[in-house]
Order: sequence, then structure tokens, then C-alpha cells
Amino acid sequence: MEKIFKNMSLFSASIVLIILIGIFVTLFISSKQAMEEFGLSFVANPAWQTEVALNPKEAKNVVVDEYSLFPDEEPTKTIYGGLVPIVGTILSTLIALAFALPIAMGIAVFLAEIAPKNISHVVGIAIELLAAIPSIIFGMWGLFYFAPIIQKIVGGYQVSLLTAGLVLGIMILPFMAAITRDSMKTTPDILKESAYALGATKFEVIKDVIFPYSKVGIIGSIILALGRALGETMAVAFLIGSVFELPKAINSPTISIPVALANNFGEATGLGASSLFYLAFLLFLISFIVISIAKFYFLKKVKK
Amino acid sequence: MRLLINKLVLLLAILSACAGLAFLAWILITLFLKGITSFHLGLFVDDLISNGLRNLIIGQFIMAGLASLIGIPIGVLAGVYLQEYGYNSKFTRFIRDLNDIMVSAPSIVIGAFVYAIIVIPTGGASGFAGSIALTIMMIPIVINTTDNMLSLVPTELREAGIAIGASKYRVIMDIIIKAAKVGIMTGLLLSFARIIGETAPLLFTSGTSNYFTLDLTQTFPSLTVSIYDLANDPVQASRDLAWAASFILTVLVLMINLIGRYITRHKG
Repeated sequence: MEKIFKNMSLFSASIVLIILIGIFVTLFISSKQAMEEFGLSFVANPAWQTEVALNPKEAKNVVVDEYSLFPDEEPTKTIYGGLVPIVGTILSTLIALAFALPIAMGIAVFLAEIAPKNISHVVGIAIELLAAIPSIIFGMWGLFYFAPIIQKIVGGYQVSLLTAGLVLGIMILPFMAAITRDSMKTTPDILKESAYALGATKFEVIKDVIFPYSKVGIIGSIILALGRALGETMAVAFLIGSVFELPKAINSPTISIPVALANNFGEATGLGASSLFYLAFLLFLISFIVISIAKFYFLKKVKK
Repeated sequence: MRLLINKLVLLLAILSACAGLAFLAWILITLFLKGITSFHLGLFVDDLISNGLRNLIIGQFIMAGLASLIGIPIGVLAGVYLQEYGYNSKFTRFIRDLNDIMVSAPSIVIGAFVYAIIVIPTGGASGFAGSIALTIMMIPIVINTTDNMLSLVPTELREAGIAIGASKYRVIMDIIIKAAKVGIMTGLLLSFARIIGETAPLLFTSGTSNYFTLDLTQTFPSLTVSIYDLANDPVQASRDLAWAASFILTVLVLMINLIGRYITRHKG
């Protein structure tokens, strides 16, 4: 019994590793067809599911069916490129960060330094509840209530890079605020007290003592929130517009990698499906790197 | 001047907190108003095909329940390994690090993974595929909470157990797990709340169904995927149904969260 239990628990612990390797290998194999066809230029190609004429060398190899209904038609192939969803993902994430950063810092300062303990506790719970709301709810609320207001202010389309980025920003607020608050709290009281004793104002203590002391943790929280925003699907699916077009302006619609996957996987086959797997592989790789940097370089010191 | 800047910054911080609370309030009030107007008890009796939510609610619970059934034992066992057997070995730290990454992995990628290994080989979306996607989401969260809760159990308890001659297995089962029980249960509750609101990993793994079904080998109904479909439907009745469904889902998730917090505060 002793041995069985130990081995079972060891096996369970290894499952994390197995799943992780499984995801990498599976996504790699599934995207191989697209990788071989398009190579790395996939990430720079703005065309998605676009018919193009074959080049003369390839055209020679096509056997023309003499009974074909359209014998004169030029032979074509469908190509896929990932530039649009990649740009959409990066831009919507940057908008989210720009919007959330100041507010999250303010909330963290409020929770850690300003509010009395009981108020800080209640507000802290409320902010964490904001994190618990399912992302599909953010999407629906964003589409029907938030986007029309944004459109009234800036014009353009209701579903756009901007509205998606802003709602994404609201979603990552709680993560950023909570981790920033925790790292600010690691500042030793004695440092703060000495600064106060020298006559510093609260703002000066925050700016010159707490921020420098907890800088690493705060940067970590920002990068971790960035990792979350990169992979967020449902809220963005409602709001970004889901069109494979590079955004002409901040208030025009486009698409992100998760949304491209969410809306197209069901019907895709062959090279199209493989291209989606290619996007999924890239997304996983990027978020893996981003989260690793945040967790192991910046957040080592901050306890969860 | 210094004092003025100080006041200004503190005011901005308070305003930020108000903004955060305002967004929460805005979302909850909207949900409540829209949800209440479209809410009626028939929602729990009829299936989606006749404008009810019964099959969706049951389907979501079955998939999340099955995911918990597989995910909880694996996650708890893994947590026990990391804390009780693994000590601070390289392997343990490595698994812990990977687990931290998996907790934040994009859920849509997990959907794509399950799509590749289950949906494509079996020829179609199914309740099983959906459950497995949720299981993969759940395991890292359960490991994380179990690991943290067990680390709070004082070492003296373990030593006391070993000292009276109990086997390691007995010490873990009878002493450590018992000591950390409340914390672990809360963690399990919160991880259940996390996966029951998930949509992205279900979109192309379980699909959705308008009819009542218990057959996990077929496309399977779920509240979240149907909310996505209904909300994008131009028909007003469908949107009302989506709001009612969102209301039920959010109330459920927030209730579980508040209960979890209440337990940790009063017993943990």
C-alpha cells in the first residue's frame, strides 16, 4: 500500500510534465504541414485563406483535366498567413496594458497603503471577485453596454481593437492589482518608518521607498498580466470583430490568435486546420516564454 | 506643493479603486437587471430547443463534474507528492515551476490540444473531449492549492506521526490530509468555480447541443458555449436567454467563490 501510494503520487506529479510535453509535441506535429508549406514567412504574411495563382514551376506539375468544366481557368492554391491575428493579439494586449497599468497601480497603492484594514479587506475581495467573473460575461457586457459608449466617444466601429483592448484591460486589472499589492507589502515597515521620520509625505514614501523596493515584483505582475491578456479568448471574441484584416485605425475591427482559433477550428480541414495549429503553437510558445520570465525572473521573491 | 502633490496622488489612488469597483458594480447590475427580466422558473424545466436552459445547465455540471472526478484525485496526489515525498529535490522544483506555467496557460490552446488528440481521431466533438479539456485546466490549479495548503501543516505533526511508528502513508492519510482538510476542500471548490465558467476549451471539443443528452460520446450541451452562440444571435429572444444564462452562471460562480472565502476565513 505504502509503495503503491507513493508511486501513484509520483505518477500524478509527472502528469503535468507529460501534458506539457504532449501539448508541445501535438501542436508541433499538427502544424507541420503548414510549417513546411509556409515556413517562418507565415508570421509576416497578411493573407489568410487567400486564393493565389500557382507559380509557373508548380503549375507545370498540375495535371489538367481535359474534361474539366473550366479548362482555361488558372490553377490556384490557398495560402495562409498569420500576420493579422499576430498583430491583433499584440496590439490588443498593449492597449489592455496601457489602460490597466495606471488603474491597477492606483488600486494596489490604495489597498496596501491608504485604506484602513477593514476597507482594504472588503475592496480586496470585491476586486478579486472581478477576477472570478467568467470571461464570456465580460464579452457580452462589453459588446452590449461598454462598446456602444466607447464608439460614441471615439467613433469608428463598435467591435474594434480598442473596445477589445479596453475590456481586456478591465479583465487583467485584478491580477495586476493583487500581485502588485502583495509585492508592495513586502517592503519592511522599518524602511517606511524611517522615511516618514525624515518628514516624507505618503506619496514620497510610495515613490522613493516602496516602489524601488518592490520594483521587481511589480514588473513581474505586469508581465504576468500580459501573459494572461495574450491568451484571453472569449471576451475578445465578442469585441474584436473577427475579420482577417490589419486594423486601419485603433477603432477598426481585426482578429487575434485565440479568436482565430475559437471561430475557425470547427470547420477547418487540411492546410487550413494545420495553419490554425501553427498559430496555436506560436501562441503557446509565446505565452510559455512570457509567463516563465514573469514567474522565474521577477516573481521569485513574491509569495503567492 | 509637496503636500498638494501628495494629496493629488492619494486622490488618484482612491479614484482607481473606485473605478475598479465601478466596473464590478456595472457588470453585476447589468447582469442582474437583464437576468431578472428574462428569468423564469421554466428555464430549469425546458431544454434549449424550447427556449429553456435545463439541458445546458445539466450538461455543464456533468462535464465539470467529470473533470473534477478525474482531476481532483490526480491533482491532490500530485500535491501530496510535491510536499510530502518530493522534499525540495530538483524534480519537485521543476514540476512546481511547470505547474505554475500551466496554471496561466491559454485555455484555447488546451482546447486545440484536445481537438488534435481526441476530436480528430474520434471523428467529432463529444462530451468526453470537453471533460478532458476541463480536466487539463483543472489539474494544475488543484496541484497548486493542495501544495500550498499542505505546506501550512506544521512539520512537528509529521514528526509526531513518524515518532509513534506510523508509516508514511498513514501519517499522510490520517494526520496531514486531515489537518489540511478545510484548506484543500476550499481550494477544490474554487478550482471547480474556475472551470465551470470556462468557454474557450469547450468551443470545438464538446460543441453544443440544443437537446437533452447524457451521451458523452456525442456533442454535449453547455451553458457557456450556448451563451456565446445565443448572444451573437440577432433574435432578441435568444439574447434574452443568453442574459438569463449569464445571470445564472455568474451567480453560481460568485456564490462558490464567496462560500470558499467564508470557509477559509472562519475555519482555516
